[in-house]
Amino acid sequence: MKILVCVSKAPDTTTKIAFNADGTALNKDGVQYIMNPYDEWYALVRALELKEAAGGSVTIINVGPKENDTVIRKGLAIGADNAVRINSNGGSAMYIAKQIAEYAKGESFDVVITGKETIDENRSEVGAMLAEFLDMPFISYASKMDVAGNTATIDRDIEGGTETVEVDTPFVLSAAKGLAEQRIPNMRGIMMAKRKPLNVVEAVAFDDLVVPVHYELPPAKSAVKLVDPENMDELVRLLHEEAKAL
Amino acid sequence: MQDTLVKSDVLKGGEYLIKPSKPEDTFIPEQINEEQQMIKETVKDYVYNEIVPKVLRLEKQEEGLSVELLRKGADLGLLGSHMPEIYGGMEMDTNTNTLICETLGPAGGFTVSFAAHTGIGMLPILYFGSEDQKAKYLPGLISGELQASYCLTEPSSGSDALAAKTRADLSEDGTHYILNGQKMWISNAGFADIFIVFAQVDGDKFTGFIVEKGLDGLTLGAEELKLGIKSSSTRQVFLENVKVPKENVLGEIGKGHLIAFNVLNIGRFKLCALSLGGAKASATTGIQYANERKQFKQPIANFGAIKYKIAQQAIRLFASESALYRVSNLIQEKNKEEMAKGASFAEAKLIAAEEYAIECALLKISGSEALDYVVDETLQIHGGMGYSEEGTAARAYRDSRINRIYEGTNEINRLLSVNMLLKKAMKGQLDIVGPAWAVQKELSSMPSFDKLEGAYAEETKAVEDFKKLILMVAGGAAKMQMDGKLDLRDEQEIIMNVSDMLLDLLEAESTLLRVQRLAEMDTKFDQDVYDAILKTFITDVTAKMNKNATDALVSFVEGDLLRTFLMGVKRFTKYTPTNVKAARRKIANTMIEANEYCF
Repeated sequence: MKILVCVSKAPDTTTKIAFNADGTALNKDGVQYIMNPYDEWYALVRALELKEAAGGSVTIINVGPKENDTVIRKGLAIGADNAVRINSNGGSAMYIAKQIAEYAKGESFDVVITGKETIDENRSEVGAMLAEFLDMPFISYASKMDVAGNTATIDRDIEGGTETVEVDTPFVLSAAKGLAEQRIPNMRGIMMAKRKPLNVVEAVAFDDLVVPVHYELPPAKSAVKLVDPENMDELVRLLHEEAKAL
Repeated sequence: MQDTLVKSDVLKGGEYLIKPSKPEDTFIPEQINEEQQMIKETVKDYVYNEIVPKVLRLEKQEEGLSVELLRKGADLGLLGSHMPEIYGGMEMDTNTNTLICETLGPAGGFTVSFAAHTGIGMLPILYFGSEDQKAKYLPGLISGELQASYCLTEPSSGSDALAAKTRADLSEDGTHYILNGQKMWISNAGFADIFIVFAQVDGDKFTGFIVEKGLDGLTLGAEELKLGIKSSSTRQVFLENVKVPKENVLGEIGKGHLIAFNVLNIGRFKLCALSLGGAKASATTGIQYANERKQFKQPIANFGAIKYKIAQQAIRLFASESALYRVSNLIQEKNKEEMAKGASFAEAKLIAAEEYAIECALLKISGSEALDYVVDETLQIHGGMGYSEEGTAARAYRDSRINRIYEGTNEINRLLSVNMLLKKAMKGQLDIVGPAWAVQKELSSMPSFDKLEGAYAEETKAVEDFKKLILMVAGGAAKMQMDGKLDLRDEQEIIMNVSDMLLDLLEAESTLLRVQRLAEMDTKFDQDVYDAILKTFITDVTAKMNKNATDALVSFVEGDLLRTFLMGVKRFTKYTPTNVKAARRKIANTMIEANEYCF
């Protein structure tokens, strides 16, 4: 089985988020980047499990600048066989999907997996657009996937329950929690990573249709007020007068 | 990861006392590459996801848990990162292994199990085992299938390890040695499959043996009730007519001391790395508490008394860490040099660690005492909460204390560092007589009043002066010894003074080299924070140098000579003190803002 895993990078979850002066972009000063956890923990690891069970190969792909190689090599250290970086400064979800599709269409992948979203902008868009560009079926929010022959049985998280679907390869899937368990790259994997191929491909021209115009932080949370358990009147007063919840 | 470039002017062991170093010759933790960063992340994941959440279960000595966690470490390749590939190891370079050790530090008492297995347990076989012994044991030890322990200490022989009473006598048919004796404070004893045991063949030839679990006559005492490191198994090992096959003699008969001491060199080095890793984690809990805890309507981190503690922790850790990675790099370069000359992987490792035995002894003192300082002040910052077992400060405080005792007490390591230095000088491996004589001559000339210019000129001069001061004191004592007026063997107090000076110098110069190097790099913080660390540390060391030198000199010199020497002390401790209060506040504020140990 030939699998493509789309990986993106995201600010480390402990990053103190700030935007530039006019609010049009993230202030990248001092920001540490990690591989998007949905891509790393679930999409990539499940792909590796499928390969380990039935053979084949796992390729990871990223659309971005050279700095992203660090994140890509982590994917190789975890176990991907090879990697492709589409050299670009990124863009909207449609731009990213277009770039990946251009590469993937000549490679006849059986399964293409993305994380269900990237934890910085939570767009959840690339998978569906990619499926459209590749003319493949798309299954979102997969929390379980088994493959027998050319048919995959997939559990999808839905509101309050689970939906199980069947689909034949090739297809595009977005990975949610539960699809696999995080793997820590071991020493051998890390040492091997630099010997694995990381091919850089130039981006194709594509006019972005969506451009972010403004980012804003949520209002700061005010301090917690502790109320003595004996003083219920005070609690009611605060809820009524200050929180205006009653 | 081994790069093949060999530098020709690498400092030899002890030479830092007499030769200058360049910033580019050192290695600083800020230089770690992408691969090392990834390795660090993996070790962090292992520590914080696998070990730290199970600390309480480990502390209760839950059956099988330590072995399970060691095996998880093996799956990640951590048990053999320093071992040859042919046995399943990773052959990673020294700096990477130092980083791994340091990153394991926050794993508390479990680090003792880890270090006993990968260090003193495994290394005797790597260094001194026959090819058959290596092939038989190393793959299992690296894969985690087998666990190792190291049995040197006995009830009546601790620091005086070679006085062991355990005997080994050849059986009548000549196929076995029969071991009888008692070993004490044996880490990993409770679950070890392999015991590296030292015994006196025929009662007087100190020799190493590989003893397998399950042999008749090998029994274990109960788990010791210890002050700290309760996660680790520590038991007595009893040997009663244990028949050990002759093939399991480790190294040569009567050469056990080579094993015992050589294994300890690198053990001491690693203890420093583990201690600093643990100390950084402890410092972080202190800073976080200081930021959260409010008294007098503000976080206690706002108060100068607390800022002092936070800054002082950072300074000590930064200095010790600078020395650790500098020596790590020296060991790595020596390793490469020996391999380029045709030494095997194991030989090169052994020679490199032995070359820097003085530095390893000093680092052991440095790391363990920095850790003790940090856990003590972390507990103090926590106040009453620190004294409660509810938080982690009390456990860290208890766990720390053993580090000043095992792998050679800090007193033994202080004696060793000076004795080894003097021995090297006597053997002509290290010329301290020439430089000491030059210092004597300088004392009789007018001091220079030239104004120092350039970045770090004052600190560079201070470090040069520290070297002169040590040469003056040690040279003076050595001269008295040669003249038969002093027997240093009876003057341990003086040796303690000199070893403290040697350590302060090692840290001060390493800190200077690191800060100079950082000045050329794109760094996380403004250079003035690093400058504050350097200047405060040099100010502190200047005062300590002055005191140690004076204490030593008045103990063995009198009259005019003493007056001359004391003038020398004055001349060589002239560094202009920095505004330590402002500098410490700057350092503390950086850590408080980061809410963690951040250098």
